[in-house]
Amino acid sequence: MRIALFATCLADTLFPEAAKATVRLLERLGHEVVFPLEQTCCGQMHVNTGYQRDALPLVKRYVSAFSRYDVIVAPSGSCVGSIRHQHAMVAAGQGERGLAARAHDLGSRTYELSELLIDVLRVEDVGAYYPHRVTYHPTCHSLRMIRVGDKPLRLLRRVRGLELVELPAAEQCCGFGGTFAIKNAATSAAMLADKMTAIASTGAEVCTAGDASCLMHIGGGLRRASSGVRTVHLAEILASEA
Amino acid sequence: MTTFLGMPATAPRGVGHLRGDTTFPRAARQALGNEQLRRNLRHATSTIRGKSSRVIAELPDWQELRTAGSAIKADVMSRLPELLEQLEARVTERGGVVHWAADANEANQIVTGLVRATGSDRVIKVKSMATQEIGLNEALEAAGIQPVETDLAELIVQLGNDRPSHILVPAIHRNRTEIRDIFLAAMPGVDPSLTDDPPVLAAAARKYLRETFLSTRVAVSGANFGIAETGTLAVVESEGNGRMCLTLPDTLITVMGIEKVVPTWRDLEVFLQLLPRASTGERMNPYTTMWTGVTPGDGPREFHLVLLDNGRSAVLADEVGRQALHCIRCSACLNVCPVYERTGGHAYGSVYPGPIGAVLSPQLTGVEDNASLPYASSLCGACFDACPVKIDIPSILVHLRNRVPHPPAERAAMRAAAYTMDRPRLYAHAQRAAKLARIAGRRGRGLPPPLSSWTVSRDLPAPPDQTFRDWWASR
Repeated sequence: MRIALFATCLADTLFPEAAKATVRLLERLGHEVVFPLEQTCCGQMHVNTGYQRDALPLVKRYVSAFSRYDVIVAPSGSCVGSIRHQHAMVAAGQGERGLAARAHDLGSRTYELSELLIDVLRVEDVGAYYPHRVTYHPTCHSLRMIRVGDKPLRLLRRVRGLELVELPAAEQCCGFGGTFAIKNAATSAAMLADKMTAIASTGAEVCTAGDASCLMHIGGGLRRASSGVRTVHLAEILASEA
Repeated sequence: MTTFLGMPATAPRGVGHLRGDTTFPRAARQALGNEQLRRNLRHATSTIRGKSSRVIAELPDWQELRTAGSAIKADVMSRLPELLEQLEARVTERGGVVHWAADANEANQIVTGLVRATGSDRVIKVKSMATQEIGLNEALEAAGIQPVETDLAELIVQLGNDRPSHILVPAIHRNRTEIRDIFLAAMPGVDPSLTDDPPVLAAAARKYLRETFLSTRVAVSGANFGIAETGTLAVVESEGNGRMCLTLPDTLITVMGIEKVVPTWRDLEVFLQLLPRASTGERMNPYTTMWTGVTPGDGPREFHLVLLDNGRSAVLADEVGRQALHCIRCSACLNVCPVYERTGGHAYGSVYPGPIGAVLSPQLTGVEDNASLPYASSLCGACFDACPVKIDIPSILVHLRNRVPHPPAERAAMRAAAYTMDRPRLYAHAQRAAKLARIAGRRGRGLPPPLSSWTVSRDLPAPPDQTFRDWWASR
C-alpha cells in the first residue's frame, strides 16, 4: 500500500527517530511510504492555545499536502486527534465550508500508527525484537480523543523479547498538555512527579507511548531526576529488529 | 440567534463568588505547596472515583442514559423562555410566588426583602450552589439576618469562615482534626470535650442543627430540578437536613438558576439515575424532596421561587459554550480531573471549581474576569468521559481560549510560528537555526521566560543531528 507520512512538527524537528522508525517499519511490512514536502504542522498548538484564526492556514496546508493520498499515517495520537476533530471545526468556524468538508473527509483517512497497523494493514505481529522491560503510557489524546484502546498494547505483546509491565494509574494525564506545561508549570510538574513515581514502581527500563510530545515531557522529567528509565516512541520499538 | 432579554450579559462585580483574587496558576502554585491538602484530595477523590465507577458499571444502559440526559438538556436550552413561563404559571396556580432576578444583586434584594417581611432574623439553608454563587449569606448578614447552613460540610465551611472547595463535598480540603477545632471555636453550645471521632463530630452537629431546625421559621434552598409541566421543585441530598428545611418552616424561599428547568415529570427518571451514581457513587440518593406550591396543613405556608439569570442568558447565546448550562452539579468532572486533584478547589477562585468551573465561571463573569481559567486544564478529556450529561468540556475550554485577551508577547510568538509553519522552506531553515541556537545556548538550559518554566523541572531533549526532513532528503 502507498502510505503518506505526516511526520508532525515535533518529530520532524526534535524526535526524527520516531518518524524514521515509522518509515522503516512500514517499508519492512512491504509498503511504500511517501513524504509530501509541503507538510509542516497540524496547528494543534495554535488551536489549543486559543489562536484558531492563525491555525487556519495550517489546516489549509495539511489539506492541500495530503488530499491526494488515500491513507495517511502520523506517529502521534494527539496530532491525529487534532486533524480528525479540530480541523473541520477551525475551518467551519471561519466560514470555510468547502475546506471544512475536505478536512473532515481527510481526517477519516488519517491514522495514528497503531490504528493503521491494526485497522487498515491488519497486522498485530510486526516482526519486531526488543529485549527490554517496557511500560506503556496511554496518552490522553490517543486514549480519549481517537480511542486507540488496547491497540498499542496488542502490538507490544507480539514483540519478541519484550516484557510488558502494567503502569499504575496509566490513564492519568502526565501533565504535558502543550502550552499547559508552560502556563501552569507548577501543576504540570506535580502531575509529572506522580507519573514518574508510577513509572518507577513498575521497574521498567523503558517507558513508551504513541506521542513524542508526552514522551518529551516525561523523558525530560526522568532525565532531570537522573532516573535510569528511558522514553522510547512506540514506533521505534515496533521498528526494532534482532 | 439572539437571546437578549434585557438581562445583563455578565454577573455583577463586587457581589457573589465567581471571581478569585488572583490568577489560577498563582493560586495553584500556593495550593501545591500544601502537602496535607494534596493527600486529603487524593484520598477523597480516588475514593469517590472508585465508588462511582463501580455503581456506574452496574447499569447496562449508562451510555444511553447519558445521551438521554444530554438530549433533554439540549431541548431545554432550545426553548428555555417557554419552559420558564410554563413553570411560573404552574407554581403560581399552586399558590407559590415567582420572582425574576436578573442578577446576584437583584436576587439578594428579593430574598432579603422576603425574609424581612416574615420578621425572622434567622434562616436555615439547604446546601445550594446558586446561593453560594450570588453571595446570599453575606447579603443576609449585612441585613442583620443570620443564615445557618445545615448541610454538614457546608456548615463546617461556614463555621470555619472558609470557602467551599468542591461542589459536592465543600469541606473536602479539611480533615477531622481541623473540623473538631472549627466546631470548638464556632459552634454555639458545643461540648468542650469534643473529640475528632467522626460519629462524635456528627452527633455534635446533629444536636446543634436539631435545635436550629425547630426554632427557625424561614428556610432558603436551591433546586436541582424545576418541572415545567407541574410546577414541582426537587432537591436531592444525602443527609436529610434538606428535607427538614423544606418541610418544617413556615416560609420557604427557593433560588433556582434558570437552566435547572426540565420539561416534564418523566424527565426526572433519567436524571435521578444519572446524578447519584455520577456524584456520590450511590445507586440512589437517600433523600429526594419534591414540592409543588403550597399545601394547606402540610409543610410551608408560603413558598417563593426566585428564578436567577446572573449571566446565564448570555451563556445561552453562545452555541458552543451553552453546553455548560447542561451541568447538573454532580462534580464527577472534579473527581476525575488531574488538575483539580492537585490544586484543590480554591485555586479556581469561584464557587464552581474544577473543569466545569473552568468553563462556567468565565462565561458567567465575562472571560476578561476569569481569563486564566480556560487554561486550567491539560485538555486530557477525563472530564468529558465522566460527565453524566456528556458536556464536551475540552471543546468549550478551547472555544473560550479564543475569546480571552492574549498576552502580546504570546500573540506575537504564535503569529510568527504560524507564519513560519505555513512556509516549508522557511520552516526548514528555522528548524536548523533552532538547533544551532540550542547548541550555542548549552542544551537549552537558558531558555527565556516564559519558556524557562519548562526547564525548572524537566530537561529539554538534546537536539538531533538531523531533522527528519533532512534525513528524508538524504536517503
